[in-house]
Amino acid sequence: MQERTPDMDILEKLAILTDAAKYDVACTSSGVDRSGQSGKIGSAVASGICHSFAADGRCISLLKVLMSNQCIYDCKYCVNRVSRDTPRTAFTPHELADLTISFYRRNYIEGLFLSSGVMKSPDYTTEHMIQAIEILRTEYRFNGYIHVKAIPGTDNALLQRMGLLADRMSVNIELPSESGLQQLAPQKKPEAILRPMALIRSGIEENTSDLTVYRHAPKFVPAGQSTQLIIGATPDSDHRILSLSEGLYNKYKLKRVFFSAYNPVVEDPLLPSVFSAPPLLREHRLYQADWLMRFYGFSAGEIVDAKNPNMNLAIDPKANWAIRHLDQFPVEINRATYEKLLRVPGIGVLSARKIIQARRAGSLNFEGLKKLGVVLKRAKFFVTCQGKVSEGVVIDSDTVLRGLLSKNDLQMLPAAAGEQLAFTDVPDMVRVMGGVPVSAFGYLPEERAMQNAGKYEFGIHI
Amino acid sequence: MQENTNLVYIYDGTLEGFLCCVYESYVHREIPCEICMETGQLHIFEETQWIRTDLGHAARIYESIDRKISLEAQDFIKNAFLTCIEDKEILMYRFIGQGYQYGRAAFDRLTDDTVDRLTKAVRNLQREAHSFMGFVRFTVYDGIMVSCIAPKNRVLPLLLDHFSNRYPDETFLIYDRTHQMAVVHKPEGTLLTAMTKLTLPPIDDAEMAYHTLWKCFQHTIAIEERFNPKCQMNHMPKRFWADMTEFT
Repeated sequence: MQERTPDMDILEKLAILTDAAKYDVACTSSGVDRSGQSGKIGSAVASGICHSFAADGRCISLLKVLMSNQCIYDCKYCVNRVSRDTPRTAFTPHELADLTISFYRRNYIEGLFLSSGVMKSPDYTTEHMIQAIEILRTEYRFNGYIHVKAIPGTDNALLQRMGLLADRMSVNIELPSESGLQQLAPQKKPEAILRPMALIRSGIEENTSDLTVYRHAPKFVPAGQSTQLIIGATPDSDHRILSLSEGLYNKYKLKRVFFSAYNPVVEDPLLPSVFSAPPLLREHRLYQADWLMRFYGFSAGEIVDAKNPNMNLAIDPKANWAIRHLDQFPVEINRATYEKLLRVPGIGVLSARKIIQARRAGSLNFEGLKKLGVVLKRAKFFVTCQGKVSEGVVIDSDTVLRGLLSKNDLQMLPAAAGEQLAFTDVPDMVRVMGGVPVSAFGYLPEERAMQNAGKYEFGIHI
Repeated sequence: MQENTNLVYIYDGTLEGFLCCVYESYVHREIPCEICMETGQLHIFEETQWIRTDLGHAARIYESIDRKISLEAQDFIKNAFLTCIEDKEILMYRFIGQGYQYGRAAFDRLTDDTVDRLTKAVRNLQREAHSFMGFVRFTVYDGIMVSCIAPKNRVLPLLLDHFSNRYPDETFLIYDRTHQMAVVHKPEGTLLTAMTKLTLPPIDDAEMAYHTLWKCFQHTIAIEERFNPKCQMNHMPKRFWADMTEFT
């Protein structure tokens, strides 16, 4: 295939439009399997493929750029807001298509992730984006992955057209509450965000029924839709964020909700100071909670509720849940259901599946669990094998907590004001158990544990 | 049958050759303690047995794996043969033996040492192949796309379908330095071949321009406030970097 030698002003544009796009976290290329075809270039793999990793440790899968960083809006948290003094530029549809195909051919990327500032109007911007991906799909016969951002306020017919060209479409909610939106992005209305989301959902639903009738009906957003929430720009609680995510998964059938720790780039009285660090640990905990909802059968209400609206930063949400529900443990490895196994700290989706598989061939012991990839350091407090507790397991606050806190987690805790995790401050496990000294779970007085479950707040105060 | 702690089978290094070792062991009712590729190395303390490769015998064993274990086991054995663990042959031999005994349930015996080590080795191979689906970098020389890699496992057979499916109308070559093998794809077909050396012409200006663009993107997309090189290296160990455009 013939390639044009790129102009060097493309380099400048690429630098500006990449820099302006980098705060969007979604970069996944997953959700659709599409085989290559003679006469076309490209394919898609359902699991997604990471092509590189940036210096911040994030996966690079797609060419993530803006069509333009010109914007008529003035959202306070955004680097591209109209009132900011920064160089502005835009790709022409052809420039962007050329760049995408040349990168794709060299296996730098899995496809394109196209977003944009709002030039003139949402419709005008969307038309430009459609042009670029139309060139890719029809002129260059590009068969790889395309993720596009739907610009809130765009006409339905245009979104419909874009959905037939893209694999994934997303609308960023950005701010988890209406009040946040009113304060920081007064020009955006919640309705303008939710309408395209609803449209994409119904588009996918209609398309699925079309596909059962006509196998070759064009596919509408086959990899589904996703969204992004900014964490820490507004005072919204984890409870608010996780309930919203749960609703989006259930009602809008979203494939993913991404969280982006707010990076203070702008000084504004309504926002955290530019000198504050992005809340990376909180973002990490939210992703852990998101995983629990999507793969571990947890509901948002089991992780946080109105009474405890925020997660404990010091401990991962699954361990936190387990400690508060000691009455549900220990779990017998050789009999427990898959769902029960998933609730044990130190057992993940893969190891739970392996346990189910391996126990068909024979009874499992602790030695065997290690081979299956179970993290015994964590799991040993919560399981029995053939009725026995792991040798030497002593349940006191210090060992359980040390077993459950990972080194990385401890390092990520803000050491602000010299406050440290003091293990002595933590309510003693023995006390949590109702004052009865327990050396191991095997001898745990079950009834007492039941009585006390939920009575104690197992919080670490920092 | 009893394991002969002193018997070593030597074969020609092909999968067919290995399958013939399984065949001979059953015909002679003997269990080797080691199966290794012919390297010219002397085995002073062991009794060695050279196994001749007979395609008919190999086919019989191969077919028996499907019949007595499962179709999945056939793929598993083919993949196990591509892994980089040193004693893969004897583990594969033992796995086949267990498969004859337990049928498809052999895969459930995950805590058995043989099954444990072999499944982990195959997983490692598949992971490495998946990594290379992303980390392979093509440089275009006069319309031909060329990539060099240095994998630990023999990943090329697993990459072949992915890349020829993705770039059906292109001409490309992926060279595996470690195992001196290459995949060559042309629109007419794909070929896996031995290749001892690859010499490349200098890179032209247009190609250099794309390298610069990619480096620019790869660099700019990182958020400085989230700088985390340890995480980057966990996902993409340094051993891959030497062959990746963005780090050269």
